[in-house]
Amino acid sequence: MTALRAPRPKGGLERKTARKGWLFILPAVFLILVLSFYPMIQAFLLSLQKGSGNQLSYGGFSNYQRLPKDNTYVTALGNTFFYLIVQVPIMLVLALILAVMLNDEKLMGRGIYRTLIFLPCATSLVSCSMIFLQLFSNNGLLNSIMLKLGWVSEPIPFLTNALYARLVIVVTMLWRWTGYNMVFYLAGLQNIDHQIYEAARIDGATAFHQFTKITVPLLRPIILFTTVLSTNGTLQLFDEVRIMTAGGPGIGTATLSWYIYRITFESVPRFGYAAAMAFTIFIMVAILAFIQMKVGDRQ
Amino acid sequence: MTGKFRIKPMRVLKHLFLILVSFLSAFPFYWMVSSATNDTADIILGRILPGKHLMVNWNNLVSAGKIGTAFFNSLRNAVVLTFLSLFISSLAGYGFVVFRDKWKNKVMGVLMLSMMIPPAATLIPMFRMFSQLGLVNTMAGFMLPSIATVFLIFMFRQAAQTFPFEIVQAARIDGLGEFNIFLRIFVPVMRPSYSAAAIVTFMSAWNSYLWPLVILQNPDQITLPIYAGSFRGGYVLDYGLIMLVVTISTIPMLILFFALQRSFVAGILGSVK
Repeated sequence: MTALRAPRPKGGLERKTARKGWLFILPAVFLILVLSFYPMIQAFLLSLQKGSGNQLSYGGFSNYQRLPKDNTYVTALGNTFFYLIVQVPIMLVLALILAVMLNDEKLMGRGIYRTLIFLPCATSLVSCSMIFLQLFSNNGLLNSIMLKLGWVSEPIPFLTNALYARLVIVVTMLWRWTGYNMVFYLAGLQNIDHQIYEAARIDGATAFHQFTKITVPLLRPIILFTTVLSTNGTLQLFDEVRIMTAGGPGIGTATLSWYIYRITFESVPRFGYAAAMAFTIFIMVAILAFIQMKVGDRQ
Repeated sequence: MTGKFRIKPMRVLKHLFLILVSFLSAFPFYWMVSSATNDTADIILGRILPGKHLMVNWNNLVSAGKIGTAFFNSLRNAVVLTFLSLFISSLAGYGFVVFRDKWKNKVMGVLMLSMMIPPAATLIPMFRMFSQLGLVNTMAGFMLPSIATVFLIFMFRQAAQTFPFEIVQAARIDGLGEFNIFLRIFVPVMRPSYSAAAIVTFMSAWNSYLWPLVILQNPDQITLPIYAGSFRGGYVLDYGLIMLVVTISTIPMLILFFALQRSFVAGILGSVK
């Protein structure tokens, strides 16, 4: 449907309407300025201050200079990127494949499949962390089944081996978010005209070619959108880590948000140092979003 | 008819794959509900079938205290936040389209930048600001940062672009005020968008963990995720009780999904066009 767009205001009456329009926008703009932009500036100013508790003094970029020498920060940074690089691509590709499969109107039971795959979204991150904590703990379901079947002679340390624990967190995130992203792709697929596929099929395009040459390019804006959202979310990963492993074993599963929280609220707060760390997240989110938009807008 | 035979194995494979994914999606969910009815000892032994321990778990939960407070707080916070957020954000999304001009477009562009600001980065200044304003341990403190989100404004702006402008003009000629046009015409017509936005907003309010952990430190203000998370401490976990808490905290989301499922997909559709 092509809707008429609001014309540019010209006369006095219309200018008055346009002025009234600001009243519609003002509450939201005010809230975002005060609760998003202002704290961001504050975070940057705070990051230039050193000291602990409320005894802060201006220290230039010393907080930033300390970061590369802080082992916990470097490990947390590495872990965060591990989650990002392993989880986001697997999730988005899986979500896309599922969406394409379920977009087939002749598919039997597609409503049931869709509901079941979307079901995990009803659980909160804390809840699903609790469920997966049980499933993968030493006395959890997975280990007790494998022990009973005699596949292993002693429990696999899913949550106490750093690499396994990171993978369990990836699996938990996959479980929780794949269906969510699938819904966005399903909505996008409904906007693609079926005739395009018919034409491609007549021209002899295989299912794989239809996917790479029609589906993916036409879904590009939504793929971009979900990529930016997931990247942003994963860079700030906190709930799962805090609940399932408390950052452990050691700091083997720690993330940047987890470390910021620990510095700020669990020991003697070092607000300035934590703010510097937080500001590096902002810079990474901005850079990655910029790259993704550049790549996404091509062609 | 060789074609038919060639297609069939693909179909079977497709269904096998979908059944596997559906099973993996649904099983932890089933495990959560079933474990809520089991004794922790049985859960550790790997009992998959539902048991008769629901009431025992429930009594343990009640005597652990605060489940009612946590549930009530979560529900109240999420409902009030959803209403406020939908109102403020859709008002802005509508405003950006119906009163479109050069300056408002620029403002929208600037607002979009705030999508890049991760809440984790503003956590500390926000906490300090809120403690100075006396908003720690208040509902307002919990809600304020998420009332206006660019995500929702953007979603409603997209939706408002499909809204026929002739209706607005006709209503103006009939003498209806600008705010009434929004409230009486736009809101009812855009119901699917509102449903989708309501699900997304309620879900994130209901699930939110880090911000309430920081801002709601008083046990009387505790929300469900924090309450559930508090059972994580200690070496011996009472899984039966934990799974009951987790199940209880999932029920409202399920009800919301099934109540609004139809318009949810329609609403997402409107926003991704």
